[in-house]
Amino acid sequence: MWRVVDPLDVFLLRIFILDGLTPDLIALQLFTGLALGAIYVLLALGMSLLFGMLTVVNFAHGAFYMLGAYAGIALLGIGVNFWLCLLFAPLIVGSLGLLAERFLIRRLYGRGIDYPLLLTFGLSYMMVEVIRIVFGTNGLPFETPDALQGASDIMIGYFPTYRLFVIAVAVVVLVALWLFLERTPYGLIIRAGARDPQIVRILGIDVARVWLVVFGIGTGLAGLAGLLAAPLQGASPEMGASILAESFVVTVVGGMGSLVGAVIAGVLVGVVVAMTSLFAPEFAQVAIFALMAIVLLIRPQGFFGRAGLMS
Amino acid sequence: MLKVEKLQAWYGNSHILQGIDLEVKTGELVCLIGRNGAGKTTTIRGIMGLTSRVEGRVMFDGQDVTKQPTHTRNGLGLGYVPEERRIVPGLTVRDNLRLGLLAAKHGGREADVIAEVAETFPRLAERLDQDAITMSGGEQQMLAIARALVSRPKLLMLDEPSEGIMPVLVDEMFELFARLRDKGTTILLVEQNVELALGIADRAYIMDQGEIVYQASAKILLADAAIQERYCSV
Repeated sequence: MWRVVDPLDVFLLRIFILDGLTPDLIALQLFTGLALGAIYVLLALGMSLLFGMLTVVNFAHGAFYMLGAYAGIALLGIGVNFWLCLLFAPLIVGSLGLLAERFLIRRLYGRGIDYPLLLTFGLSYMMVEVIRIVFGTNGLPFETPDALQGASDIMIGYFPTYRLFVIAVAVVVLVALWLFLERTPYGLIIRAGARDPQIVRILGIDVARVWLVVFGIGTGLAGLAGLLAAPLQGASPEMGASILAESFVVTVVGGMGSLVGAVIAGVLVGVVVAMTSLFAPEFAQVAIFALMAIVLLIRPQGFFGRAGLMS
Repeated sequence: MLKVEKLQAWYGNSHILQGIDLEVKTGELVCLIGRNGAGKTTTIRGIMGLTSRVEGRVMFDGQDVTKQPTHTRNGLGLGYVPEERRIVPGLTVRDNLRLGLLAAKHGGREADVIAEVAETFPRLAERLDQDAITMSGGEQQMLAIARALVSRPKLLMLDEPSEGIMPVLVDEMFELFARLRDKGTTILLVEQNVELALGIADRAYIMDQGEIVYQASAKILLADAAIQERYCSV
């Protein structure tokens, strides 16, 4: 999660102290929530895809997110510019996801939910350790690309350009993913396979290959989220651990397996975190778990989850 | 076309099929009858590669497919309409049909194939963009059959297609099966509705407790009330 003491938050806090609670202030903080939510959405979409279609609870999702940031650092290190990183970092992370599915996770399908869960849990520790060995245990800075530095006027005030960019990327990815799922033959197979893999096999389609692609997309999205988050908070081997818990909250609140749920819950949780860190910073960490508890008490399957999915 | 030799199958620890020998020749409509629990569904699922543990041999179109995965068997021309129909919820009628067409090898254009379906199943044509799961049981069964047909299988296997469907529609459906056979599709039909099934079939196998206990031409069986009484009455 973003640190509570962030230049923008300090700036907003100052307005708050000087001018009191203005509508503009709330609107700006709402935007901060949207940007944070965009990162959550990208993570939760991948998580929900993997759970909904493969029944894999991916505990390595945070580690893939972290890899996205480090892939960016490595690429920038060899002179690749940020815009190409946006393309290549998710591709690298997604390819690693493909390998993990093909050689490890695939063997565990059909054996219950706990096997892949434990495997990915172990995998995440290995990934973190490898990054520590290669890049060191300390966090590394990640420069915001020149073109996206500074703030832009968004009518209600100035807002950091890079955060606007993060929101825009998430929207583009969402639209692309939606078109892919709803408008392509591959998407049709994925949608059908999520509901009933057996009939898809009966109709002559090799489901294993589809699962491989889904895993690549899910982990690639996590990589993209990590890369996008890096200029906001730097990169560290542990950056995936805390965001993993938060994305689980988002996925559970939205309803495990639901993509629409992942989007709505991602934005909601982002806004809740942003608002509590403005008004009651000491509760910012707890707020989303309280939100999850409330949602689960009222609707155990989350906003858009199907009841009994785990049974 | 299809030759099953000494097929045995298990569900967990229970030994369901005790060694089935069965043959369907090109152009035939063969039906497989017997009481609930006789092993008819397991036989078809075994032929389709959907049982976890099998022994014996399944030959299809000259190839040994015993070790082939389900999707490959479909690719070779084995179509299967399962008992539960398995219409994919959340998908429109058109998308369900598209799903059947995706792996098809004949390369027919989607529009042409849909037009063909519309001709055979006018009820589906009116509902192409409806969520398939909201249709009636009979319409869903039509869709399940249409979806299996769009890839133009050489052999179509149907498991209890008449179950839970209005009698008027059942007659219509059986007329369709007879027509399909006459046009060259080989059919293996599992059916509880013995009289109707024997009415259109060329030959029949009767199953009991995981074994084939009797086989004969449909005409002979239809006339033999004693055999029907012994193995098929509920």
